[in-house]
Order: sequence, then structure tokens, then C-alpha cells
Amino acid sequence: MTGPVLAVQDLRVGFATPQGLVSAVDGVSLTVGAGEVVGLVGESGCGKSTLANAVLGLLPAAAQVSGAAQLDGEQLLGLEESRLRRLRGDRISMVFQDPSTSLDPTFAVGEQVAETIRAHRRVSRADARAQAVRLMSEVGIPDAARRYGDAPHRFSGGMRQRIVIAAALANQPAMLIADEPTTALDVTIQAQILSLIAGLCRDRGTAVLLITHDLGVVAQICDRVGVMYAGQLVEEAPVRRLFAQPQHPYTRALLGALPTADARPGGLTVIPGQVPDLSGPLPGCRFLDRCPQARPECPTRPDPVTVGDTRVACWDVSARLVPEGSQP
Amino acid sequence: MSALLQVEGLVKTFSVPAGLVGSRSVSAVAGVSLHVDRAEVLGLVGESGSGKTTLGRCVLGMTPVDGGSITFDGAEVTALRGRRRAEFRRRVQPVFQDPYASLDPRWRVGRSIREALDAHRTGTRANRHQRVLDLLDRVGLSPSYAERLPRQLSGGQRQRVGVAAALASGPDLIVADEPVSALDVSVQAQVLNLFADLQRDLGVAVLFIAHDLAVVEHLSQRVAVMYLGRIAEVASTRDIFAGPSHPYTRALVAAIPHPDPEHRIDVVPLSGEIPSPLDPPAGCRFHPRCPLVTDICHTVRPDLEPVSSTQLAACLVTAPPTPAHAPH
Repeated sequence: MTGPVLAVQDLRVGFATPQGLVSAVDGVSLTVGAGEVVGLVGESGCGKSTLANAVLGLLPAAAQVSGAAQLDGEQLLGLEESRLRRLRGDRISMVFQDPSTSLDPTFAVGEQVAETIRAHRRVSRADARAQAVRLMSEVGIPDAARRYGDAPHRFSGGMRQRIVIAAALANQPAMLIADEPTTALDVTIQAQILSLIAGLCRDRGTAVLLITHDLGVVAQICDRVGVMYAGQLVEEAPVRRLFAQPQHPYTRALLGALPTADARPGGLTVIPGQVPDLSGPLPGCRFLDRCPQARPECPTRPDPVTVGDTRVACWDVSARLVPEGSQP
Repeated sequence: MSALLQVEGLVKTFSVPAGLVGSRSVSAVAGVSLHVDRAEVLGLVGESGSGKTTLGRCVLGMTPVDGGSITFDGAEVTALRGRRRAEFRRRVQPVFQDPYASLDPRWRVGRSIREALDAHRTGTRANRHQRVLDLLDRVGLSPSYAERLPRQLSGGQRQRVGVAAALASGPDLIVADEPVSALDVSVQAQVLNLFADLQRDLGVAVLFIAHDLAVVEHLSQRVAVMYLGRIAEVASTRDIFAGPSHPYTRALVAAIPHPDPEHRIDVVPLSGEIPSPLDPPAGCRFHPRCPLVTDICHTVRPDLEPVSSTQLAACLVTAPPTPAHAPH
């Protein structure tokens, strides 16, 4: 069996601020295999986008990054910018929330897709154009050959996101990182784009890391999911397992906070308190102050334990595990 | 008993510049009728460009209407002047997506709420301070929050202050436009619980405008679905989600990304995108995207017709007009 396409190991990201060092990502490990969609879910400020940007080499130079992030075995962290430029858009690509930031407003959309190909491949203009039209058509741009020369503003938000996806997939990347790709879109368009990403991943074997705040999106297209809280990965599991048997108290609270038809109005789970200040000293579990299951051990950092096929970092879960060998 | 709020045939058209000297009209609300009962939450859902925000602003009197009528507690709102207009403004209060928009950033929270009490001459001057503290308590904030500035609050706390300010005048109806869409799910749960409590404890009716169908299903007793300035369907929450009649409602409900991996969207429910309100389609405005479209849909504009005692739909195919109302 071949190894994972992306392997993130003990990734840490810190930002120096006048208030002290803000620890935005704190020792996250995770893998994404070929043809697999892995979700990374969490609320604002949990570090999920910072992790993605660290992997892509898009953090400001002042960010303090340590750990490892390997793409097909090649270490990405600390790589020279020239090498990163060659990888981005080729072996690893990205799709962000707002397609307008990824597209140059003054250039024809088709040219931008073709340009992505020519930046990494020795192909003629005519061939690049033909490939771009085929890609645009594949991601669902109607009448792609005729729309090739249109500027981005001639397209709706959903269509622009399709063009960004076409450009991201132009060079058959092994890895696609999508950061809130449907957050700005209406629900019927979101369904189209999610189906597009899941279908392309399945057909081409692309590994996808999907970063989102939306547990509905996670449930729809992810195979596995990691839950982040305040810079830490608190739980990681196959998607069905996460929703059916959440282990970490934060994951359970998050699922209980989701509005559903079955939940009594007024009865949604509320998490008391607030996310801790990430510039303070936070040696232990960062959910400690808000956790209904807090224990004396929690001020020291819990090591992840395995429960079935879930990996979870929680002292309370560890304490309830029957020690191996003690069973009759 | 008559409805608290009754909207009949409401029309709102905006003029936008086109070319050097010309202008074009945008048909934002094109003949909308709906009502809100006392102590009821009516969810108003629709995608971008559906006109749901414009409708809310018309109800609040923030946008002049071009046709139709809005009656509140039996009185025509557009005709209200002087003291009766002030009384209407006391009884109908807005809550917006961004609480920053309704709070003065330089004022302490207590002063912002106090201002609302003073403006509506609620209670005596002496007991207004106590009333501020009562309102903070009502939205789950301790008295110390009266001394804080908006920037010292989290997003959820600011939205709760926004609700407290709306409650200051003792309203019968709150028009809430996307009040939780900027909030993280755990914070959103607090604000949704608060809205449920207001309805139950104070009997406040809410016109709850949102794009998130899960939120609307959780909180509302009835739901109105808008598409391109028209109501496609209005029905009990159960009818909308379990037995939608209008093809657009069916597509919208089918596109919901349920946070349940066992309940995935198997077929993308709707292709294409919402057309521009600058140039809405003739006949039924949904006909270019409708899977059930027939010839008459291109020319005849459907009105809301009963499907059952709790469900109205504007569709010539699924809710054909009864002969007495048949369009010619």
C-alpha cells in the first residue's frame, strides 16, 4: 500500500504579537490518502485555515512554523518559495471561499485556466486553450468554448467558483485543499459544487482536505473528519462514527448545538464560557474551562487515544477505557 | 382574530442606473402576500436575490413600498403618521445580522439599551436603569455587561445586546434578518434558544428571515419560501419540510446538507442558477429551472392556491388554480 498523499505531523504555528506568542495551531497530526475527502471542522479561530495556509506555504514570513507536512513524502514546510510556486497549482492546489480573490478581474476566465496549465507544462497556446475549454465544460460551465473569453464579472458566484475549481484541477494535482469552498454560495448551488468536488475526487483519485465550519457539509461529502478546537485537533474519526458516536466533549457539544427539527426550540446545547485567549500559557487541554467532564489531569495535555476507529485527545475518555490486558 | 401583520400584494421596484443616462428597474418584491399571527414565528427563506430582505425592510417601514398594503394590528402601516407612527415603531422592532450596525461603538451597552427605553418613553426615568438590567438578564447577560463597550463583547454577546435593545420598547413583532448567520454554531445555539424563549415567555411574534433552512425549521411554526420576488409556497413547517408542494421548495429542501452522513444528497436537486431580478422570466419566475415546467408556465403567472388547509403554493402544475380563480 502506498502512503498518504498529505501527512501532517505535530504541526505548530505561532504568531508573535505585542500580547505574547499566539499559538494558533498546537501539535496537529493528520493524513489524507488518494481519493479520500478529509474534513477539518471547527469554529472561527480554531486554526483550521491557518493549518491549510501553513501546508501551502502561504503564511506570512513572521509566522513560527514547526513540525512536518509532507506531500508524497516531500517536506513542504521551510521549502524555498521558488519550489513552492512550482508545486502550487501543479501537485497541490487550493480553492478558497471567495472565488473573486483567486481570479484576476481583468483577464478572460479561460485564459486564467490556460495560464495555470502553461505555468507548469510545456504545451502550446492552442493546446492549453483546448484543455481549458474541456476543463470548464467538465466543471459545468455551459457553452464553455464561447464563454472562454468572458471576464469573471460576467459569471455568477457559483460559476466563478466552478472556474476556480477548473484551474485548481488543470494539472491533475495529487492534493486539493478547499477552504470553505461553498460558504458564500446559496444552498442549491452549494449542493452542485459539493457534488462536483466529490465526483472529481472520486474519478481522478485526488486527495481532498476540506476545511469548513459546517457540519452539514462534512456529513455530505467527507470520508473522515478532524475536529479542531482552539488550535488543537481534539478528535478524528470516519465520518459516520463521528456523527453516531462522538467521543470528545467538545464534539458532543457542537453536535448538540446544531438546530434540527427534532431538537426542542430553546433546548439547543450551549457551551458555557468562551474560547481561551491563545496568547496565554495553555499547557493542557484547551477546552478545559468549558468542559462538563473536566478532571484533575486536564491541565496537562492529553495524548490521543484510540476508541474503535476514532482518535481522541481527552483525559475523561482515556480514564474510561478499559486498560488492555485487564479483561478476563 | 385577525393576523398581527398582514401583507397584501406588496410590490417594491428599485431603479438602477444603466448606461450613461438610462435606468432599469429591478423587481425586488413582485406582489407578495403573507401574514404573521400573534406570538408566532414565521420563517421567511430564500436564496440571494429572492427579495426576502427587501420584504423585511418594507415591513419595518425602512423602505417605501410601490404597491400593495401592509396592515399591522388592523391599521394600514403606510398611512400612519405622527403619534400612531411612533406607536407602530415601538411595537415592531428590527434585529439585524450585524449587531454592530445597531449599536453605537462609543456607547456602553447600558446606554444603548437605555436610549431605546428613553426614545419610546417606556416606564419612569427612575426605573429605567433597573429595566436595562432586567433586559440584560432576559438575554442571559449579567448586570456588569451594562458597563461594557460593544468591542469588548463577543459576536454572540453583541447579538444578545441587539435583541435586548429590540425588546426595550416591549414590541409585539420582531423582524429579524439573518440574526444568526454571522455566528459560530455554538454561539448561534444561544441566540436561537433566546428567540425561542422570547416567543414562549413574552409572546413576541417573529418574522425570521434566513437562508439557513435548518435554523428556520428548528424555530418556525410556519415557513414562507420566496423566489425572485414572489412567494413560491407558504405552509406549516411540517408541510414545507416533509411534503413540499412547489418544485422550488422541493429542490431547496432536497439541497439541505443534513449533518447526518446516513442522509446524503444523492441527486443534485436543481441545475442552473437564479436569474437576475433585472430581467425576471415571464409567467412563473421559476419556469426556466423547473423540472415540471409546462407550456402555460411560460406565460401565466401563478398565484398562491391552497394545497391543504395548512399549505399554499404558487404552481400551475402542483397546485392548479380552482376554476373560480382560474387566470384567463
